[in-house]
Amino acid sequence: MSVNYNVLGLIFASMHDSYVSELTKQRTMGSIPFGGRYRLIDFPLSNMVNSGVYEVGVITKSNYGSLLDHLGSGRDWDLARKKGGLHLLPPYSQTGGIYKGRLDALSNVWSFVEHSKAKYVILANCDVVTTIDFTPVLRQHTETEADITLIYSKGLYESEKNNCATILEFNEENCLSDVLVDPQISGECNMWLDMLIISKDFLKKIVSESTSRNQYSFTREILQGKTNEYKIMGYEHKDFFTRIDSIQSYYSANKMLLEAEKRNALFQKNSPVYTKIGDNAPVKYGLESDVKNSLIADGCVIEGTVKNSVLFRGVKVGKGTVIENSVILQNTKIGDNCKISSVITDKSVEISNDKVLTGSETYPLYIGKNGKI
Amino acid sequence: MYTKKKCVAMLLAGGQGSRLYALTKNVAKPAVPYGGKYRLIDFPLSNCTNSGIDTVGVLTQYQPLVLNEYIGNGQPWDLDKMNGGVHVLPPYETQAGASWYEGTANAIYQNIRFIERYDPEYVVVLGGDHIYKMDYSKMVDFHIANNADCTISVINVPKEEASRFGIMICDENKKVIDFVEKPKEPKSTLASMGIYVFSWAKLRKYLIENEEDANAKRDRGEAWSKDFGKDIITSMLRDEQRLFAYEFKGYWMDVGTLGSLWEANLDLLRPSVPLDLYDPSWKIYSRNNYMPPQYIGNNAHIENSMIDEGSNIDGTVDFSVIFSGVTIEEGAEVKYSIVMPGTVVKSGAVVEYAIVGSDTVIESGSHIGLDPEKVENRDDWGIAVVGHNVTVSEGKSVAPNEIIGENI
Repeated sequence: MSVNYNVLGLIFASMHDSYVSELTKQRTMGSIPFGGRYRLIDFPLSNMVNSGVYEVGVITKSNYGSLLDHLGSGRDWDLARKKGGLHLLPPYSQTGGIYKGRLDALSNVWSFVEHSKAKYVILANCDVVTTIDFTPVLRQHTETEADITLIYSKGLYESEKNNCATILEFNEENCLSDVLVDPQISGECNMWLDMLIISKDFLKKIVSESTSRNQYSFTREILQGKTNEYKIMGYEHKDFFTRIDSIQSYYSANKMLLEAEKRNALFQKNSPVYTKIGDNAPVKYGLESDVKNSLIADGCVIEGTVKNSVLFRGVKVGKGTVIENSVILQNTKIGDNCKISSVITDKSVEISNDKVLTGSETYPLYIGKNGKI
Repeated sequence: MYTKKKCVAMLLAGGQGSRLYALTKNVAKPAVPYGGKYRLIDFPLSNCTNSGIDTVGVLTQYQPLVLNEYIGNGQPWDLDKMNGGVHVLPPYETQAGASWYEGTANAIYQNIRFIERYDPEYVVVLGGDHIYKMDYSKMVDFHIANNADCTISVINVPKEEASRFGIMICDENKKVIDFVEKPKEPKSTLASMGIYVFSWAKLRKYLIENEEDANAKRDRGEAWSKDFGKDIITSMLRDEQRLFAYEFKGYWMDVGTLGSLWEANLDLLRPSVPLDLYDPSWKIYSRNNYMPPQYIGNNAHIENSMIDEGSNIDGTVDFSVIFSGVTIEEGAEVKYSIVMPGTVVKSGAVVEYAIVGSDTVIESGSHIGLDPEKVENRDDWGIAVVGHNVTVSEGKSVAPNEIIGENI
């Protein structure tokens, strides 16, 4: 893909942090580890780069140390550029304190956006995991002369399980007709993927208008408030997506990658997902290892049994240990003869010999970062 | 800009590696894959970075395309430096004409100007086809402590194998008295590892002398050579220069042959072999190809093996090294083998005691290699080799010792 200087990417790295408070205690949504070797921000960043968008601003909020550490200069995403490249935009609010919503945040970083030569802006969050090419979205946006193009997918919405879901309805002309946030319904809906394309000029207009009225919520003020006033169109993304909006959905989203169809939709041959390189050695399987239906990242050393699980980089599994239905984050060390079932261990957890840890499929046991058991 | 460096490393990467046959058909030997995710050159390059040597000239000549692309700007090894870094040095043309590198000494001779840009005290000369982890800075310290002109890294080899190597005969202070290339009756078991530290002024003098000497011999129609071991070391010994042997204790493997490449890979699976790739203080770096984690299927049976990113394993893997992006289908068997990146082993195929190159397809029902126990005459046994980008069609077999470079 060649470079499209006409488009600027903006990623909200901290949107919806509070829904996975266990995992965001020491990090932001964007730096939550996912899928064995990634962080959530790798997906929107790679989508942008693979769509030719080489100028990306990352809007942070709080706890962004791990995000800075992960992104560095942006080199691993090919974003250490002279023209464009990766820009980290730390929190800063004109009204004092930390911004409250998307419009407020955009207003704070407007000087960065203003400086860009791009004509269009793509906005994305980190809590939606999907692989998408923005090129056809941009084409539709310009062809339909829409003010805003919202990217959505059809998916099963369950009011009891889903948090912060935005449900969209469109009329026969594919124009937005209704917007519901966390409605008390269940069934197949058009779920907004929190991604949109907008021209820079139009974004400038809505940001300045809402700032002068002290409005900060994009969903409430623009999507709901201006449904009929603006030309807001939909673009349906038909490939696999999943949204992280609770510790349970984090657990099941990781385990979804054990299904070939979903894995292949996310990791496409011609659009790699980039991430920070760890320079780990390949996985080593010991003499008595028994691994089935699992996703294993580099640097793991497995002497025991692993089934239906996702192991992140550098995990050690001792002899006689059985791990089932678990998500084991990077550098977790598990001793010999342990039984681990339906567990999420955060980064660098250490579990000594002969321990038994059991969660349930619907309510996995979570063990915090650096925990020692 | 201030460019002076204490040490510059020169990495001899021009070798054709003809004894690796099909595996070096289109790639230079240092670019041959090793250990699941590495290429041979990752070892000297990572050793340089870990030893604090940040200026490396890589001398290339044979099939450099893959190697050049792989080295790129040197970033994976932290060798993308403002001052120094890694530089690929192919032969070039001058007003006096152009010539290929005519031997290891000549390759360095032709790049004297490259070295002089950094005005180094010491030049470290390395090969591109050895597997080992070594702190070159300790060897340089040893060189300085002995006030040496040249220090040669040596390893103690079993007496019965000594005649395969260049052997150093030393006094009790490790001063080299004599050097014999592949002696019939070795007087010592200290084998040269092909790693040298030279005081640059001395090396420069001997490179120029050897060049003039060899050219004069050529003009007279006599036999000539421009080689490190044969010419530079021999001349320095003749002139009673201070040559020292630096004894390296650790894992070192010359992967000059298909058999040794196979052994060196499987060594990674032997707990007794002291080559730890999981040590965070001395990582071996490599260029990453951004593949997802490996997926191990419900029918997989994996024991005592190493498998790299992006692989999809649903068959049996026993005592093998599987590189990135390899697919081993349900019902396929891979034992005592090396399978290089992007290769597919289809259901029902058997690969044993073999090396399979990259992006190759082993169709179902085919059989590569054989267990030495099942061969009638053990002397006829050897590993089977399938080259890169080859298809082995259904039901075909590749016998022990056979090397396949084209579709069968």
